[in-house]
Amino acid sequence: MQPKSPPNPGRRKFLIGATSAVGAVGIAGAAVPFISAFHPSAAAEAAGAPAVADISRLSPGEMIIVEWRGTPIYVVKHSEESIDKIDMNLERLADPDSEIEAQPIYAKNKYRSRKVGISVLSAVCTHLGCAPKYYPQLGVVDFDSEWQGGFFCPCHGSKFDLAGRVYAGVPAPDNLTVPPHYFKSDDILVIGEDGELV
Amino acid sequence: MVTKLMNWFDDRLPLTATIERHLTKYPAPINMNIWYLAGVLLVVVLVIQLASGIWLLMNYEPTAEGAFASIQYIMRDVQYGYIIRYMHTTGASAFFALIFLHMFRGMMYGSYQKPRELLWVLGWITYLLLCMLGFTGYVLPWGQMSFWAAQVIMSLFGSIPYIGEDLLTWIRGDYLISGITLTRLFAFHVVLLPLALIAVVFVHILALHEVGSNNPDGVDVKKFKDEDGVPLDTKPFFPYDITHDLYAIGVFLIFFVAIMFFYPDGGGYVIEYVNYEAADNLKTPEHIVPSWYYTPYYAMLRAITFPVLGLSAKFLGFVVMAAGIAIFVALPWLDRSPVKSIKYKGFYSKFFLTLFVISFFVLGYLGSVASTPLGTLLAQFFTVTYFSYFLLMPIYTKYETCKPVPDRIQLS
Repeated sequence: MQPKSPPNPGRRKFLIGATSAVGAVGIAGAAVPFISAFHPSAAAEAAGAPAVADISRLSPGEMIIVEWRGTPIYVVKHSEESIDKIDMNLERLADPDSEIEAQPIYAKNKYRSRKVGISVLSAVCTHLGCAPKYYPQLGVVDFDSEWQGGFFCPCHGSKFDLAGRVYAGVPAPDNLTVPPHYFKSDDILVIGEDGELV
Repeated sequence: MVTKLMNWFDDRLPLTATIERHLTKYPAPINMNIWYLAGVLLVVVLVIQLASGIWLLMNYEPTAEGAFASIQYIMRDVQYGYIIRYMHTTGASAFFALIFLHMFRGMMYGSYQKPRELLWVLGWITYLLLCMLGFTGYVLPWGQMSFWAAQVIMSLFGSIPYIGEDLLTWIRGDYLISGITLTRLFAFHVVLLPLALIAVVFVHILALHEVGSNNPDGVDVKKFKDEDGVPLDTKPFFPYDITHDLYAIGVFLIFFVAIMFFYPDGGGYVIEYVNYEAADNLKTPEHIVPSWYYTPYYAMLRAITFPVLGLSAKFLGFVVMAAGIAIFVALPWLDRSPVKSIKYKGFYSKFFLTLFVISFFVLGYLGSVASTPLGTLLAQFFTVTYFSYFLLMPIYTKYETCKPVPDRIQLS
């Protein structure tokens, strides 16, 4: 026959509490490898190493795509004309002064570049990660009647100017990200490291 | 001989009792109509998906390098492999078509009302699991649309303030969508989610058999019982329901195999054409569009183009989209109506349910086409009407005048 109530209920309570606590610690400990395994592996981290690009053959108005960490990075050499026109449509931009930290400190200027005339932009739309397309031409284009040159995302219609600054009233919230980069020499661009900060 | 065998089992397992309770003698209301077929057809599709899924698994390779080629291998080299794959893709669309009908039936006849709240919640969980299964499965062929759909959907988590970026890297297991992401979605799609789905469907059916089926009149059949305790306005599942269920399954399978054999792409809706191109992380397709069954929610996501209180439009779009799916779970507590079925509810219930259906279809259309300024405006309008069905429900169900509900089921 089983006893109606356990003898010494205080001790029972303590034992149940202690067992539960030890069990909870055990579960928390066991969760560590399961959660950690979701982080990028050592191989994935190694694959995120800097990318190097030779920009000596880039002529004004041209763009090359460099792959860094599996995402496309746009490297654009601007023409003198478009550099002069960089302030043309400030009133249409959401964040013309790059207040939101989407660029390293050395690119926080109106050109959003480390070196005037060379834009290094992550081609990942800040809306949902599509790759915006480069439209350097000026004037009337399919999606804009007063286009000043820049990038247009075909997925949901976000627009960015040549410096990667987002237009107001489009789905994308922020300017295109400027990845960390530096110029090893005039022609050699390294993407993924800040180099020497001056 | 058979009796002896059954007796042997019954002494060791409640076999006969279980079969009678859940199958042969299950009392089904006598006025169940065509809307009540979606449930049984969902079970059929579940079986189709499990069988075809296991067979696909035998030849699929879950790596970024091999996934796309292994699908081509299944399509071209494996004997009848293309049929098995088309069965699975058609099954995925059928799953959603049927669960939408099944949910609409519940909304129409108030099948979520007391005492069926938990039944409804369990059903809602199966809907969530289906959404996750659909997404994870869609990524596995590793075509262009697989890759970019994964990119778009996963980057939604990156929009969560403060923790977003780190959370995103954690979910992807990489700094971009890669083979690492593919393998984990694969593990979810073939093990975790199906296991969970089977378990929840099982409990859903257990709960159904505990509270009993609702019916188009929303009448409580348990009020009047015969001397054996069987509700008067019901008929046993065997042979009455099983016969018309079998008939319905036959008709359903005709349509199913017609799509499977002759229109496996479904005009680009069942299998999107862009996905015939292997994933390329440097090239975004011109127009990213989700599978048809997500388009209403995709339209909501795109409808939010303005930040509010410092929260980005992107994050708010994510929240609205998630809320659009989540809000169904609140239905049992939003409906204050004394009657269950739309037949006896007042004008406003009918009006808002119709508005909801229209909103759902218009949003579904808008989510499947490229965004235009007018489309965005329409999507914003219909997002509001979609939510108005739910959010205004406590008001309009409370104050409208309902028709009197009969005590017993009236067969005309």
